[in-house]
Amino acid sequence: MFGKLTINAIPWDQPIPLIAGAVVGLTLLAVFIWVVIKGHLPYLWREWITSVDHKRIGVMYVLLGLVMLLRGFIDAVMMRSQQALAYRAPGYLPPHHYDQIFSAHGTIMIFFAAMPIMIGLMNFAVPLQLGVRDVAFPTLNSTSFWLTATGALLVNISLVVGEFAQTGWLPYPPLSELPYSPGVGVDYYLWALLISGAGTLMTGINFVTTILKMRAPGMRYMRMSMFCWTALASNLLIVAAFPILTATLIMLVLDRYLGFHFFGNEGGGNMALFINLIWAWGHPEVYILVLPAFGIFSEVISTFSGKPLFGYRSMVIATLGICLISFIVWLHHFFTMGAGSDVNAVFGIATSVIGLVTGVKIFNWLFTMYGGRIRFKTPMLWSLGFLVTFVIGGMTGMLLAVPPADFELHNSLFLVAHFHNVIISGVVFAGFAGVVYWFPKAFGFRLHEGWGKAVFWCTLVGFYVTFFPLYVAGLLGMTRRLQHYDVAEWRPWVLAAAVGVVISGVGMLCQIVQLVVSIRDRVALRDETGDPWDGRSLEWATASPPPAFNFAFLPDVKGEEPYWAMKQRAIETQHLAAAGEYQAITMPKNSATGFMTAFFATVTGFGLTWHIWWMVGAGLVLAYAGFVWFAWRDEDEYAIPASEVQRIDGERRRAREEWLARNANVSEAA
Amino acid sequence: MTATETLTLPGAPRVQAGADAPGHGEGGPASKRVIVGYGFWIFLLSDIIMFSAFFAAHAVLQNATDGGPSGGDLFNSRNVAIETACLLFSSFTCGLSAVGAGARRMIWTQAALFVTGLLGLAFLLLEAHEFTTMIAAGAGPRRSAFLSSFFALVGCHGAHVTIGLLWLGTMMAQLVIKGFRADIERRLLCFNLFWHMLDIVWVAIFTLVYLVGGAR
Repeated sequence: MFGKLTINAIPWDQPIPLIAGAVVGLTLLAVFIWVVIKGHLPYLWREWITSVDHKRIGVMYVLLGLVMLLRGFIDAVMMRSQQALAYRAPGYLPPHHYDQIFSAHGTIMIFFAAMPIMIGLMNFAVPLQLGVRDVAFPTLNSTSFWLTATGALLVNISLVVGEFAQTGWLPYPPLSELPYSPGVGVDYYLWALLISGAGTLMTGINFVTTILKMRAPGMRYMRMSMFCWTALASNLLIVAAFPILTATLIMLVLDRYLGFHFFGNEGGGNMALFINLIWAWGHPEVYILVLPAFGIFSEVISTFSGKPLFGYRSMVIATLGICLISFIVWLHHFFTMGAGSDVNAVFGIATSVIGLVTGVKIFNWLFTMYGGRIRFKTPMLWSLGFLVTFVIGGMTGMLLAVPPADFELHNSLFLVAHFHNVIISGVVFAGFAGVVYWFPKAFGFRLHEGWGKAVFWCTLVGFYVTFFPLYVAGLLGMTRRLQHYDVAEWRPWVLAAAVGVVISGVGMLCQIVQLVVSIRDRVALRDETGDPWDGRSLEWATASPPPAFNFAFLPDVKGEEPYWAMKQRAIETQHLAAAGEYQAITMPKNSATGFMTAFFATVTGFGLTWHIWWMVGAGLVLAYAGFVWFAWRDEDEYAIPASEVQRIDGERRRAREEWLARNANVSEAA
Repeated sequence: MTATETLTLPGAPRVQAGADAPGHGEGGPASKRVIVGYGFWIFLLSDIIMFSAFFAAHAVLQNATDGGPSGGDLFNSRNVAIETACLLFSSFTCGLSAVGAGARRMIWTQAALFVTGLLGLAFLLLEAHEFTTMIAAGAGPRRSAFLSSFFALVGCHGAHVTIGLLWLGTMMAQLVIKGFRADIERRLLCFNLFWHMLDIVWVAIFTLVYLVGGAR
């Protein structure tokens, strides 16, 4: 009846996951009860869960990413504290549990923290920057989000029902094959990633189509903002790389479920095939994450330096260059496999070349700041922290790109320190910069500046104190994923890293305080005009928060930095450009399709993990029924009447006219 | 550039310059038909990449027979030839359905779709027959890595055809009830693209798996 699932699947003898699960469960229950009692449920359903508005979906993505970031961070705290205690001692986490934690940490951080934050920011900002009203396929967009949430849910269910993979974040065979991982851990991993991967692929399709086919009049390619360019490159990579992940994971599924011999020891299976395929996806994945991050830094550095981005064209070329080269460096993840010195040399050189192209970007950002009037607001601090930290991470990467050096450093903590160095400074800092930068656009008020700076300094210092000692420990020979160890020279560095995690933890707390304080002081932090940072791209042309239709009139783009030009014209003439005649706007209707699809995907994924075949069948049949129900509807759009558009846009114009008048008085007084 | 710069008030609907099709920068967002077709093309490209991963696995594992049968021992070229004929001809009838839809001829469109479905079904039955025969002869996917990769690659194509048939049936019902509506027509367009893509993939399977592999 319930396949492999029995009451013993719940780890009754392990207090840590039980208590953690109970706390999370009770918190969710309390929130749900509060929502129901306060009568917010219809609002949540109408305005968020079934919303197909790219801005709402973007916010939900970022929220999911931040919650999962917290979960992944708790895993990190447990790993660092375990290693701090486990010198000639067993520590407090048994190996079976410790192995699940490092696997969950990597999986969650990449797939359910970094990806949702980046995709969320793209969702929020790209259509606004392109000057259009939504993405190409709004309902598909909602489905993508909810499928990502399904993946996150399955990974978190594994905390209390069964177990998670003990294979690391990439389930290398033969360890991940049935004889060596007989439990459900790898199955949870596989179905969570297959489902959320489908969601990510649809995001890629959606955004490539949006950016290539839906832009405001006059928005030629070479007038798009840098963030749109990097989003395009990132989504092209998603379309080209995620199918490889899907295929690879399906092969592993076939091995585990139907006794195929793709990667096992028997029947002529080839485990190197898995490792090549997974990294043919895995390396582009790195750039899927970091390219939009580069875009965010470009926007932030240009805005807060008060200058256009230096070398825009070279930046575009560098972005597309990275997009291409990212597909021919995958082998540097396993130089030690023994592909031979010629092959290793080719991939080592390709790796150095991609570093070179990234270097072009670093200089462009430096020259953007040069001669600018820099405002040190929180997003700018993140960008500066990124520049310094990322260059260091890049240089340790150059060391690892040399195959002979890699033979010494492979799978050591030096490698761990390197990729945290580039991912934290590249992706996490960019995520935080982007959240602070676009928060006022999304909610109509800024985040508290002082607490934002506290977050920045704690996170920056915490990062250095955590990971620089790990570089040293790695050079001293400490390998990754050790549950315990007995080498005395490593101990001081491991202890230092534990201190670093505490500092980062303070940063996390400041993050929460920042949010609470900002919501409390939202009136004082209000963004009246919709342009709180003196911005340059089109998202700042509309109100904060933007109306459902984004723009009453699609902007008429005449050059690079279209909003900056509009704003300068308005300041010169002391007038906003005259509004045209308001017309009704059709927008896509809400749809429960995404939520329903994800619900059935969760049921199916859970059934597949536990071999509950009736549940799988029911999930698939109902998903198909839901699909037909969606395809059968007759109306998928609704119209916002012209009078309503005029009222909403009138408010925006009034706020801007007032701002113009106020600034005119200031300049006269001066 | 000057030719396309028309003088309008900022924010007012722009007068379109002739040479600039929507979606190409100057004219604003493309039409829905273009967007849907384009997006579906991108999906098909991603699907082809997924197939290429299975092709790559098959290329790596095609000699890993583990002492078991090779392609030359197993493949029945007559069966495969009939399968190929069914699928290629179904692509032709699928094209006819697009012609019928363009001419707004319900009966012809439905008939062409129906024949497409029948040919697809025949293909699937032949494939199922081939698979069951092989498994009964002890040459199932568990026999060797070569056979694992064969069943995965060809089965993946078969799964696509199955989903295509489900889609086809659903859409024929929709077409009867809702008629030639714009959104239904866009779906027919996507189905056509999908079905032709399956043909292209099958041509690669026929060549690389059956012809090249059968000589092994």
